[in-house]
Amino acid sequence: MTGSYAHAPGYYDGNRPKIVTSRFEYADSYTLERYLATDGYKGVRQALSRPASEVHDEVKNATVLGRGGAGFPAGTKWGLTPEGVFPRYLVVNGDESEPGTYKDRLLMERDPHQLIEGCLIACYAAGLSRCFLYIRGEMALAQERVAAALNEAYAAGYVGKNILGSRFSVDIVLHWGAGAYVVGEETALIESLEGNRGMPRLKPPYFPAAIGLYGQPTIVNNVETLANLPWLVRNGAEAYTAIGTKTSPGTRMVAVSGHVNRPGVYEIINGTTTFRDLFYGEEFCQGIRGGRQLKAFVPGGGSAPWFLPDQLDLPFEASQVGPAGSMLGSGAIMVMDETTDIPAAALTLTRFYAHESCGKCTPCREGGTWLERILTRIVDGHGTDADLEQLIEVGTSICPGDFPHASSERLGLSAVPFPYKMTTICFVGPSAYAPVNSALTLFPEEFEARVTKRTRIPVTAVGGE
Amino acid sequence: MSRLNDANVAIAHEIIARYPRPKSALIPLVHLSQEQNGYVTQEAMKHVAELVGVTPAEVLGTASFYEMFKFEPVGKYVINICGTMSCALLGADELMHRAEHRLGIKPGGTTADGMFTLEHAECQAACTEAPCLQVNYRYRFRMTPDQLDTLIDDLAAGKLAEEIPPHGTLAKVRQHIPADRAVGAVRPEDVNEAPVWMDGKAAL
Repeated sequence: MTGSYAHAPGYYDGNRPKIVTSRFEYADSYTLERYLATDGYKGVRQALSRPASEVHDEVKNATVLGRGGAGFPAGTKWGLTPEGVFPRYLVVNGDESEPGTYKDRLLMERDPHQLIEGCLIACYAAGLSRCFLYIRGEMALAQERVAAALNEAYAAGYVGKNILGSRFSVDIVLHWGAGAYVVGEETALIESLEGNRGMPRLKPPYFPAAIGLYGQPTIVNNVETLANLPWLVRNGAEAYTAIGTKTSPGTRMVAVSGHVNRPGVYEIINGTTTFRDLFYGEEFCQGIRGGRQLKAFVPGGGSAPWFLPDQLDLPFEASQVGPAGSMLGSGAIMVMDETTDIPAAALTLTRFYAHESCGKCTPCREGGTWLERILTRIVDGHGTDADLEQLIEVGTSICPGDFPHASSERLGLSAVPFPYKMTTICFVGPSAYAPVNSALTLFPEEFEARVTKRTRIPVTAVGGE
Repeated sequence: MSRLNDANVAIAHEIIARYPRPKSALIPLVHLSQEQNGYVTQEAMKHVAELVGVTPAEVLGTASFYEMFKFEPVGKYVINICGTMSCALLGADELMHRAEHRLGIKPGGTTADGMFTLEHAECQAACTEAPCLQVNYRYRFRMTPDQLDTLIDDLAAGKLAEEIPPHGTLAKVRQHIPADRAVGAVRPEDVNEAPVWMDGKAAL
């Protein structure tokens, strides 16, 4: 059966394997009672009956790619902690705020016990003695559901001292953010958790696994990544890797939004599902609104360079999307139909990153604002040719060299592969330039028309008439 | 008045005890003060500084980074209209225009009766439900300008008081770790051994 559930807004299931959304069909999926009735906390029981190193190996063998954006395998990440240094911490990144991304909030609201069990398994396998669950401040319902679930789990003996009567003890502490996109970057998340301004730390060290929270080895994992673990431990790495491809096993939650007939959150098979399947498939988005043509889409969150209809047949597989000039990021896809005003659409993303710059690195702090102002001027019809050059000049001061972009048959362009070079500590700066570069490179005529003719000035990005 | 009251001081101590270092409780405690007072007052920041053992300037330094903290009174209901891509593609600007006309204020402004503050927000993680908005961080999905009018009417008439608490209150459910179940927070310098279950044997 396929369906959508009123209590899980935006989510549609289908005849596909479900790893993380298997309980969404129940209206009471967030309660301990429902969780226990549907294999809940069996994974952690199984894990505890094996040595921690075996559980770690199981996760490593399953190649669970991080679902937060970078796609680094979780098992490998856990192994980066320096030998013999304790205590080690787990920090859960529930600060979901990448434009287009909608999955972690659903997982926290609809299945908080699954996340808690995932945290327990990670702490056990990697020897992490305290867990901090950082939830984005603006998500009031997610905070309530996770707090209630933790209270239930503590009372029932699933979290805290001597879990299930074993030698394994760990506290899970719920922590609220207070509104800052950049805190999704893992070192900024740690700064925020230490009670500071959420600014990313200088690198190296590249991974907080070496030096993280309070200077101790710290694993930062995304909510969806951890939500995979209970199923993985119950069913084994072999069953996990049997879904998807060898390099991208399992399933993935993706959110498709914008100009499609059925925008929604879907758990898809990793590695094989293509963008065409997603946009036009009956079980997914059912085509572009009003039967119009696809103009462009953002394949992996607001930070990702845009794709054109030329790239529709690429699968959800990092090793193919990267060389094609973009990234899968956080599983967030935004679709623009043929009526979309491209400069105005790009502005909505650049404005986001300019607004969210933490101000630590000059190229991002100044450059983001410059990009936003110049683009606003162009969209408002006051731009000049010099503005177009200025956009590129500011952009290359954030990202020197060729910026990744898709190939276009129409323009005779070949792709520049991902990633880019950058003059900033984190990805916020380059992300402000990504939509500008994509729009300018793939739709130069829309900018030229805007700066020369200064004709009709659309008021919004909606299009459609 | 705007220091934390006794009940909240008790909650504050419970929160501080969860962290290996007290300063980690800074943001949760500023939230607590905002819940009590509707916004973050100078007195409250001084009090939080005392509680976590930093200077008031450090509390302001951290708190001023985060958008959810308001340092001046805001409306009872803060309406955040998302304007990032997915919402913009489906009518966020139209929604904002309606809100401006209806409330007679620009984003950042508060109505004279102190009921509503209007804000332009960035991505709220409900992109498939665009355009969306939040009232005191409670979602409203796939909003039309007419639905926005109804929402404002209902809020003004007090019809949604049960669902949407006044600005400052986030989650209505708090985490509580029972003393007999808590492992407890230890300063990192007081630990240098591997956890007991890391001895190569099963824990159960």
